[in-house]
Amino acid sequence: MDDLIKDFLLESRENLDHLDQDFVKLETCPGDRELLKSIFRTIHTIKGTCGFLGFTKLESLTHAGENLLSQLREGAIALNTERTTALLQMVDAVRQMLDGIESRGNEGERDDSSLIETLTRLQKDQEVGPRTAEKVKEPEAAALQASAGVEAEKPKQAGETAKTEEFLGEAVKLLGKILVERNMASAEEVAAAIQKQLEGDTRPLGEILLERGAVKAQDMAAALQVQQQARASTAEGSIRVDVGLLDKLMNLVGELVLARNQIVQYMQKVDDHSLVVASQRLNLITTELQEGVMKTRMQPIGNIWSKFPRTVRDLAMSCGKQVRIEMDGKETELDKTIVEAIKDPLTHLVRNAVDHGIELPEKRAAAGKSVEGLLHLRAYHEGGQVNIEISDDGAGLDIEKIRKKAQQRGLLRPEQASVLTEREAANLIFLPGLSTAEKVSSVSGRGVGMDVVKTNIEKIGGTVDVQSKPGQGTTVRMKIPLTLAIIPALIVTSGEDRYAIPQVSLLELVRLEGEHARKGIEMLSGAPVHRLRGELLPLVYLKRELNNGAGDAFELKSAAEHRETASVNIVVLQAEDRQFGLVVDEINDTEEIVVKPLSKQMKSIDTFAGATIMGDGCVALILDVMGLAQRANVVGENRERAGSAREAATTSKGNEKCAMLLLQCGDEGRMAMELSLVARLEEFKADSIETAGEQQVVQYRGEIMPLVRVSEVLRLGRHSEAQDRSGMTQVVVYSKDGRRVGLVVDRILDIVEESVALQQPGKREGLFGSAVIQQRVTDLLDVHSLIRTAIPDFFESQLAREER
Amino acid sequence: MAVSAQQFCTFCIDRQYFAVPVQSVQEVIRYQEMTRVPLVPAVIRGLINLRGQIVVAYDLRRRLGYPDWAEAQKPMNVVVRADGETVSLLVDEIGDVIEVDESCAEQPPETLRAEMRELVQGVYKQKDQLLLVLDTERTVTGAALECK
Repeated sequence: MDDLIKDFLLESRENLDHLDQDFVKLETCPGDRELLKSIFRTIHTIKGTCGFLGFTKLESLTHAGENLLSQLREGAIALNTERTTALLQMVDAVRQMLDGIESRGNEGERDDSSLIETLTRLQKDQEVGPRTAEKVKEPEAAALQASAGVEAEKPKQAGETAKTEEFLGEAVKLLGKILVERNMASAEEVAAAIQKQLEGDTRPLGEILLERGAVKAQDMAAALQVQQQARASTAEGSIRVDVGLLDKLMNLVGELVLARNQIVQYMQKVDDHSLVVASQRLNLITTELQEGVMKTRMQPIGNIWSKFPRTVRDLAMSCGKQVRIEMDGKETELDKTIVEAIKDPLTHLVRNAVDHGIELPEKRAAAGKSVEGLLHLRAYHEGGQVNIEISDDGAGLDIEKIRKKAQQRGLLRPEQASVLTEREAANLIFLPGLSTAEKVSSVSGRGVGMDVVKTNIEKIGGTVDVQSKPGQGTTVRMKIPLTLAIIPALIVTSGEDRYAIPQVSLLELVRLEGEHARKGIEMLSGAPVHRLRGELLPLVYLKRELNNGAGDAFELKSAAEHRETASVNIVVLQAEDRQFGLVVDEINDTEEIVVKPLSKQMKSIDTFAGATIMGDGCVALILDVMGLAQRANVVGENRERAGSAREAATTSKGNEKCAMLLLQCGDEGRMAMELSLVARLEEFKADSIETAGEQQVVQYRGEIMPLVRVSEVLRLGRHSEAQDRSGMTQVVVYSKDGRRVGLVVDRILDIVEESVALQQPGKREGLFGSAVIQQRVTDLLDVHSLIRTAIPDFFESQLAREER
Repeated sequence: MAVSAQQFCTFCIDRQYFAVPVQSVQEVIRYQEMTRVPLVPAVIRGLINLRGQIVVAYDLRRRLGYPDWAEAQKPMNVVVRADGETVSLLVDEIGDVIEVDESCAEQPPETLRAEMRELVQGVYKQKDQLLLVLDTERTVTGAALECK
C-alpha cells in the first residue's frame, strides 16, 4: 500500500482514539472551547487528508461532522446527548471506513447518507431557530473544503484567511499552499486543479498539477517532503517503533551486557589505566542502555484505560444508567505483552460492572445512593506485582443466588455450599457456566466471561479475586505479576549473596553501631528483639532463614560476628499488619529492578517473589516479605492480606482501622497524623537548618525543603525540646507532587493502627479534633490545613503548576 | 520412534557419555557465574543470566548421583528446552553432535542406579562406548526436585 495512505491510516486512528475521549469529556463540560477546537482540528485534518487522497465518501461524512462541530464551536448550538451520539457514530463510521481502506484499499460500499442527514439536521436547534450566524457559516465551510485553493485565491480577504488559519491550528499545511508559498506553482494553477477535484476528479492534487505541467516533478517531491516533516513534528516528539525490533534490541543489549561483564572481569587483572577508564565507561553506558531499552517496552496502563470512558458511556446509555468513571494510577507501567494480555479481561470486567453491577437510577435513588453510579479503576505496584482493581458502587453480588445457582448447575454440592464463606461464594462467579444475571443481555449474562477472565489472567501468572458487599458494590482485584515490570527495591547483602527487597514493604532502615549494636538486641527466650522507639520489634536474621537446617553453624558464626562487627543493619519491614526487622549483613542501595518470574520448580518457595538481573549482569533473588515473615513465624499462616481494611484506612477517618503516626509537639502535645501522609521521617542536625526569607529551610536531597514547626503553628507555646538530647531535629517529610515540606516535631513516639473515633471536632486551624489513641487523648493533625497556614502558597503554586 | 537415525548432543559426566536429543538443545555455553538459591533442593545449583533471561542450572552430577565437582572444576552449560522452560544442565564436558542409528538402542538395564534409571530413556551401543540418552523433561521434574 502507498506509504502516504499507511501514514494517514495510522495517524487518523490515533486521532480517532483521542476523539472518543475528548467527546466523552466534552459531554461533562460542554462549554470547553479548547476541547471543541481540538476536536474540530482533528476532524478537519482527517477531512483534509482524505480529500487529498481521494476518499470522497470519507470526506463527505467528515465534512458533515465538521459543519456540526463548527456550529458547536461558534456557540450557535449547544452540545446535547443526541449530538454527541451522532458525532460518536460518525467517528465509528470513519473508523470502519479506515479499516476498509486498510484491508481492501477502498472505503467500501457503505451508505452513510442517513448519518450525514442526521448530522446536518442536528446543525439546527429545534427549539431555537437558526441564527444568522449560520448563513455566514455555509460559505466558510465551503471555503474550508477547498482550503488550499481558496486560500491562495482570496488572499485579499484577510479576515477570512485569518479565520481559516485559526481552524487549521497546528494542522499540517496543505500541499497547494506549500507549492504556492515556495513559488513552485502559481496560485491560479492550484485553484484550477482544486476546481477540477471539486468537479469530481478523484486523483490527488499533486497528480493533477503534475499532469497539467503546472509544477516540476522535483518541486513536487520537495513540497511533499515539507508536508511530511510538518506531519512528523505534530506527533509530539514520539515515533512508532516495531515491537519486533524492540525485542531484537533487547536481546542484543543482553548480549552486550554479557560481553561487558567479561571485559570488566578481565579488567581486574589488567594494569593499563586508560583501558580501565574506557572499560568503566563501557560499563556505565551499557547499564544505561540496558535500562533504557527495557523501559521502551513499558507502557502505562492508561493506554488501555483510555478506551473505557467511551465504552462506559455507550453502555450506560444503552442500559439507561448513569455512570461516572474514575481512574487512579493511570501511569502504572506494565510490560507491553502484559498490557495486551489484560486488555480483554479488563474490558469485560468494566462492561460487567456497568451492565449488572451498577443499578438503574431509580433503584439507586430508592436505596439512598446518588443517581450516578461510580466505576473506579485503580492500579498500583505492590510487592513486585501490579494490582488492578475495578470497583463499582452498585448492588453487589447476590451471594445466596450464586450459591443456589452453583448447586443447580451441579458445580457445588449442598454440603459444600453451606460451609462456603461469603468470599468463597463470591468467587464462584469465576466458575464456567455460572451467571446470576436475570436477563441475558447483549453484553453479558451468558455465563461465559468471568471464567474466561480468570483463565486469561491466570495464563499470564496473575490472580483474580472478587469482594462484594450487598448494597455497597463489588470490587474485582487482579494481581498481575510484572514479568518485566520495574520496581524500586532495596539491595541487601547476606553472606556472599545479594537480595532485593521491594520498596513497598520497606518502612525504615536502622543501623546500630558500637554500644548500641551490642546492647540493642535483646533475647526473649531465644527470640531476638530490638526496641524501636519503645516498641518491641521482632528480629529475623536473613542468613538464618536462608540457611535451612544449618542453625547451629549459624549461632556460632553470628555470635562470633557480633563480637567482631561493630554494627547491625536492620531493615524494618511491614508484613500484613505486623512489622519486623530483618537483619542483614549489608545494606547496599536502592535500585530500580526488573522483576522476572522464577521457574516453575521454584514457584512453590514463597520466600522469593522472583529474580532480577543486577547492573553487573549477575542474578539476584527478590525476597517476598510476606513469605519470609511466614517462614520466620512473624505472622500467622493466613496469607490473606487485609487489603480492603488498609485501603479504607487511608481514605476514611471513620471507625475503621487507620495507621497513625504518633508525635509529640510541645511539652504535652500528643498528636497523631495519618501515616499515609508521611513520605519519610528524617533527622537533621540543628546547625543544618538555614533561613531563606522568613522561612526556615533545610537542604534535603538536593532541594531546599521548607520547615514548618508544628508547635509554633498550633501555638502550643515554646517547643521546649525541639531538639532532643542528641542535638537532632525530628522532621516528618510530607510530599505532594514533587514538592516537599518538613514538619518539625519534638519526638516521634510510635506508629499505631487503630480505629480512630473523632470525638471533639477541631476548634483550631490545623487540627481535625481529638480522639483517644492508645487510651490517651490525642489531637489529630490536619496536615493540609497546617501546611496551608504556615506556607499559604504551598498547594496553590502546585495548582498553578498543574494548570501549566 | 519414527525416524531410524537420530541426532544427539553428547556430553560427559565422570567419564561416562550421555546425550540429549539435539532438537531439545538451545545452545552450549561455558561456565557461567551462578547465583545460589537458598531453600531449594541441592540439584538446583543456581541461577544464571542467559542474555537477560534467568535460567535455572541443574547439577547433573547431583541429579544422577555422581560425586560433586572438585572446587576448581568449572562445569559447562547445556541449555535445553524442557517442561516449557529454558534450563541449563551442568555437565563436565561437551562432546560432539552424533548421529545414532535407532537399531542400536536398548532399554536401560535394571541394574542401573535408581537415579539413573529414572532419567535414562535408552542406551545406544556405539563402537567404543555406551551412550546413555537422557529424558530432558524428567531431568527437571520428578521427586528429587520437590521443594520442602
